Amino acid sequence: MTGANRIAGAGRLTPAKTARFRFDGRGFTALAGDTVASALLANGIHLMGRSFKYHRPRGVVSAGPEEPNALINVSRDTARSQPNVRATVQEVFDGMTVGSQNRYPSLAFDLGGINDTLSPFFAAGFYYKTFMWPKQAWASIYEPRIREAAGLGVSPKEEDPDHYACRYAHCDVLVIGGGAAGLAAAKAAAATGATVILADEQPEVGGALHFDTGAEIDGQNGYAWAQATAASLKAMDNVTLLTRTTAFGYYAQNFVAMAERVTDHIDRPQANAPRERLWQVRAKRVVIATGSIERHMVFADNDRPGILLASAARTYLNHFGVTVGRKVGVYTAHDSAYEAAFDLKRAGVEIAAIVDSRLRPGDGLFEKARSLGIEVFTDHAVIATSGRLRVASMTVVPNGGGSKRKIAVDALITSSGWTPSVHMFSQSRGKVAYDAATGRFLPGHYVQDCVSVGTCNGTDDLQAILEEATAAGAKLAAEAGHAEGAAPVPAGRNAIAWTGGMAGAAYGAGPDDSVKAFVDFQNDVCAKDIRLAVREGMHSIEHIKRFTTNGMATDQGKLSNLHGLAIAAEALGRGIPEVGLTTFRAPYTPVTFGTLIGHARGDIFDPTRKTPMHAVEEANGAAFEDVGQWKRAWYYARPGEDMHAAVNRECRTVRTTAGYFNASTLGKIEVVGPDAAAFLNLIYTNSWDTLKPGRCRYGIMLREDGFVYDDGVVGRIAEDRFHVTTTTGGAPRVMHHMEDYLQTEFPHLNVWLTSTTEQWAVIAVQGPKAREIIAPLVEGADLSNEALPHMSVVEAKVCGVPARLFRVSFTGELGYEINVPADYGAAVWEAVAKAAEPFGACPYGTETMHVLRAEKGYIIVGQDTDGTLTPDDAGVAWAVGKKKPDFVGIRGLKRPDLVREGRKQLVGLLTKDPKEVLEEGAQIVADPNQPKPMIMLGHVTSSYWSENCGRSIAMAVVAGGRAKVGQTLYVPMPDRTIAVEVTDTVFFDKEGGRIHG
Amino acid sequence: MADPIAIAARRPVLAPHASGAARAALSAAGPAARLSLRAKPDAVGALSAALGLDLPTAPKHAARNGARHALWLGPDEWLVIDEDEADLMAALSSAGALHSAVDVSHRNAGILVTGAEAATVINSGCPLDLSLTAFPVGACARTVLSKSEVVVYRTAEDAFRVECWRSFAPYVLAVLAEAAAEA
Amino acid sequence: MLLIHCPYCGEARAELEFRAAGDAHIDRPANIAAISDEEFAEYFFLRDNPKGLIYERWRHIHGCGRFFNAVRDTVSDKFVMTYKAGQPKPDLSPAPGAAPALPADSRPVETYEATEGRAE
Repeated sequence: MTGANRIAGAGRLTPAKTARFRFDGRGFTALAGDTVASALLANGIHLMGRSFKYHRPRGVVSAGPEEPNALINVSRDTARSQPNVRATVQEVFDGMTVGSQNRYPSLAFDLGGINDTLSPFFAAGFYYKTFMWPKQAWASIYEPRIREAAGLGVSPKEEDPDHYACRYAHCDVLVIGGGAAGLAAAKAAAATGATVILADEQPEVGGALHFDTGAEIDGQNGYAWAQATAASLKAMDNVTLLTRTTAFGYYAQNFVAMAERVTDHIDRPQANAPRERLWQVRAKRVVIATGSIERHMVFADNDRPGILLASAARTYLNHFGVTVGRKVGVYTAHDSAYEAAFDLKRAGVEIAAIVDSRLRPGDGLFEKARSLGIEVFTDHAVIATSGRLRVASMTVVPNGGGSKRKIAVDALITSSGWTPSVHMFSQSRGKVAYDAATGRFLPGHYVQDCVSVGTCNGTDDLQAILEEATAAGAKLAAEAGHAEGAAPVPAGRNAIAWTGGMAGAAYGAGPDDSVKAFVDFQNDVCAKDIRLAVREGMHSIEHIKRFTTNGMATDQGKLSNLHGLAIAAEALGRGIPEVGLTTFRAPYTPVTFGTLIGHARGDIFDPTRKTPMHAVEEANGAAFEDVGQWKRAWYYARPGEDMHAAVNRECRTVRTTAGYFNASTLGKIEVVGPDAAAFLNLIYTNSWDTLKPGRCRYGIMLREDGFVYDDGVVGRIAEDRFHVTTTTGGAPRVMHHMEDYLQTEFPHLNVWLTSTTEQWAVIAVQGPKAREIIAPLVEGADLSNEALPHMSVVEAKVCGVPARLFRVSFTGELGYEINVPADYGAAVWEAVAKAAEPFGACPYGTETMHVLRAEKGYIIVGQDTDGTLTPDDAGVAWAVGKKKPDFVGIRGLKRPDLVREGRKQLVGLLTKDPKEVLEEGAQIVADPNQPKPMIMLGHVTSSYWSENCGRSIAMAVVAGGRAKVGQTLYVPMPDRTIAVEVTDTVFFDKEGGRIHG
Repeated sequence: MADPIAIAARRPVLAPHASGAARAALSAAGPAARLSLRAKPDAVGALSAALGLDLPTAPKHAARNGARHALWLGPDEWLVIDEDEADLMAALSSAGALHSAVDVSHRNAGILVTGAEAATVINSGCPLDLSLTAFPVGACARTVLSKSEVVVYRTAEDAFRVECWRSFAPYVLAVLAEAAAEA
Repeated sequence: MLLIHCPYCGEARAELEFRAAGDAHIDRPANIAAISDEEFAEYFFLRDNPKGLIYERWRHIHGCGRFFNAVRDTVSDKFVMTYKAGQPKPDLSPAPGAAPALPADSRPVETYEATEGRAE
């Protein structure tokens, strides 16, 4: 038996298929297709949670995503544990563990329930008023305690082992919602050949047809028609039908985000299957068929477990075969509850009474109730209920007062009418309009190419819905370019045409009463709280929302917004449309972080860029550092060496014999065309006309404001072909910058730019023995100083493959940079290593590269410059062509602030204590004893221990720095002050002879 | 020189690779000659003659002649791929029309995606509409796949070639492989 | 995510493929080396921040690579039109007495005043 409250013969689940699960430690058996809520109700359990603020015992209210109370924790194992899952949405799978939340020690006995007794002290705005004093206590006492007490579920501590998928999709017509309206629209659109995606949040399509067994379409039961229609749609190539898929965000230009729950209902998912999938759909047209949501009645103590929506009771009965009670009371202002009562009665459930706040129900209902033997009280109200963990009675009085009558019940179903789900429409930036006749907000002005159909559009009659939806489907398909083929309009019939509805507090809970009549169950907002907010001066609905927290819980006010608005309007003495709705925002229902992240996690969170030599370097013991997305070899420690020892050895080796270095990540741009030199003249501060093919030049690139943007060596391969290098980090933006000027400012030039960063693997061989090392590997080039002097380039063969061989140096030593096509990089690196070994040369990493260049005072753009230095500030004014008529930055350089005295200039610093290594970024002052705040003269940009100099060296930008050479300045540190002498920036081989071999 | 120079061996960024089910299979494309070709409209005729195919001038179009493909990437830009590794630079050297040809054979890596779900797999990270109406056989475009720039080229109804820069190839392959595994 | 019509590709493509590149129709002075500080400031630093139509540059950086121009409504965030670089600035100012040439469905952005009511 799967629960005493299963009604034999009722519902659509198969009794033969069962699933076992545990709820708060107790074992239960469910039927395949059950939700956690239906399975617990089948066992007579209504109590499923505690409210957020007062910790009041709460039962399930709904049978869908609007559920405010039955929030549970669902887990497969310790890592796969998700809090705040709606029990009304979560399908049971065999072996699942379910826990209730927000209670201690148990759901039935919760210490936090004291908050309910103390509730007079927790009125709306309580937090804002109470925790103001003393001020310091907020951070140390109040906030941590509130945080501990607040929040419903508990996040898992372990890494999420599941994976999540994502997919972009395009279609002619996207249909959101698979009820009668959505299915009819999809059918009509699909018949034209248009590509259609239909998404529905439930496991099966059908929407309200799940409970509305009175509905007939094309001569069959509505739910059966829905399944048959879905089957025929699924069979079409141009249709994608997605169930368990919630459209949760509607963005610009019909871009709709949807979350598909792929495996959360499966007991043993396939290893490769994602848990959830994010769909990002771009639709030419969108049909919004999101239906509507029933509202509860607002009356005193309307939150006891066992009090739930009438349509939910119908769903549990007609779909799941479960009755919500054995003696059910009904309190309503709308006809839909009558149908629920009739269904229950016909299933053998006793209906204690129908209490209708209206004078008259819809035509024939009163008589029908009588004929079924149900007592009906019209123009009456329920003013109280009893029962601690489950409703036990309702107290009924005539509206306006009179004799009370207490009626025993074990469940109470309510309806105050239906709220059209305009969330998606509103998110599309459409404007809702208030329909006074029916007391609801409906789609008004559309901003995007979408159409609302069905009850979310205020269309109630089934035949009218099917006509409207079929027409919309065909129309939107035609607008998307598919006018051929038409689908007939299905014939539909409701059992009863519903009337009625109210918003706001019922008699006994308003207009002035201060009973606990709940508007928002999850956030414990009562009608009186909203009135209090108005009394305290909140006149905007947005302020009332934030003051009371009405509608701010995970259900986002699906049940409470309209009630709250009506109560506020009444208290303000204004009409509902004048007060206005709060803004609907994405997501429609909660979305997991995993779904939003998709596959961007772990190894593929971000691309990891490795050079062609990476594997070889790794085998050589390289440690790597991240430079943007690149992995660069940092240093090559030998056994027993730490980083400093390795770097010191590498630095020594390069200057005494030689070293080789992987420079592949340097940005490279091939500039080709007859106007290549003319273009470079405009982009760089230097002049390029005089550079002969086969020669190289160091170039500085500015922004238009005159500040240094990038630098690098440029080699002229031919009259019309240059090999430009950029900094590693600057490669993409330099390319963008150059394309920008070429396309928009200098489009008359015949020149093209191509990124070749990854075409070439680059091996720098530097040091006195560099020539001897590479000579045996090179064919077709004379490596002599005369034929290939410093700053020259030749096309040759290295290790038998075509190469560009540069004679350049970033160390101040004799140096070459071998460029070979990337796939050959690893083999050439190994050949260089083999050739280098007899000389005692070694590979070196980026740390050694930094030290060696600093010993020579070579700047690194982005480290020694920061976007506010001119070439003169950086000490490379010699690279600015004095006679050039134009280049990018020429005017910026003359700005008054860029030519004034006292600008920060790059200088060298030597600590008085040669062993002291300054911290990069440390500030520099003239007088360490001056009062604070001190006048800062500048900061340290580069600082290293230089093994070759036998002391520390540093570069810094200092105001008026070059005039201060020889002076002593100070670097204040937290625990001491370091005296430094200002010097020029060249610390090693000041004459510069070594570079020429 | 005493010893003859040993010719360096080629090591592609992607090892020969095959994964995925029949509905979506992935493999690393073999080495190919590649050219980034840039030219203004008046040079298209001469360059087409030199390459032996009609350089496409309409957006998203590619031309093919045997193992040689020319993909329109921009109004003055083509990616020329020769799967037989023909010397494309040499082919264009005597074209006689103003252009820029840059060898990018080693800059790019190619990944072949085949099977009924090939488009779905690419759409796991690529926002292009890859339906046959919007992106028929022979269509190509530079676009993005998750966090990498790629060129997508449809070679058959159920076959694509995805080209990306060399260092992005392991990432692109991993993203596609994850999508292929769940296709 | 916006769809942006690239005038070179002839179709609308996902915003992911594009990069914004600042205001359009600001020509770099041919005699830039000779202009005054004020003229340079006007050219390089000073930009309007209009409520309504703005002319701006975009680049289809992960597509055809071309820079192009766009007219966008800063109120609704909608693209009114895009056109190739070098083409003249379209005149979208309303005729005298006519309504502004804004799309009929443009609506205010969600400022604090628009969504949260006026703080008075």
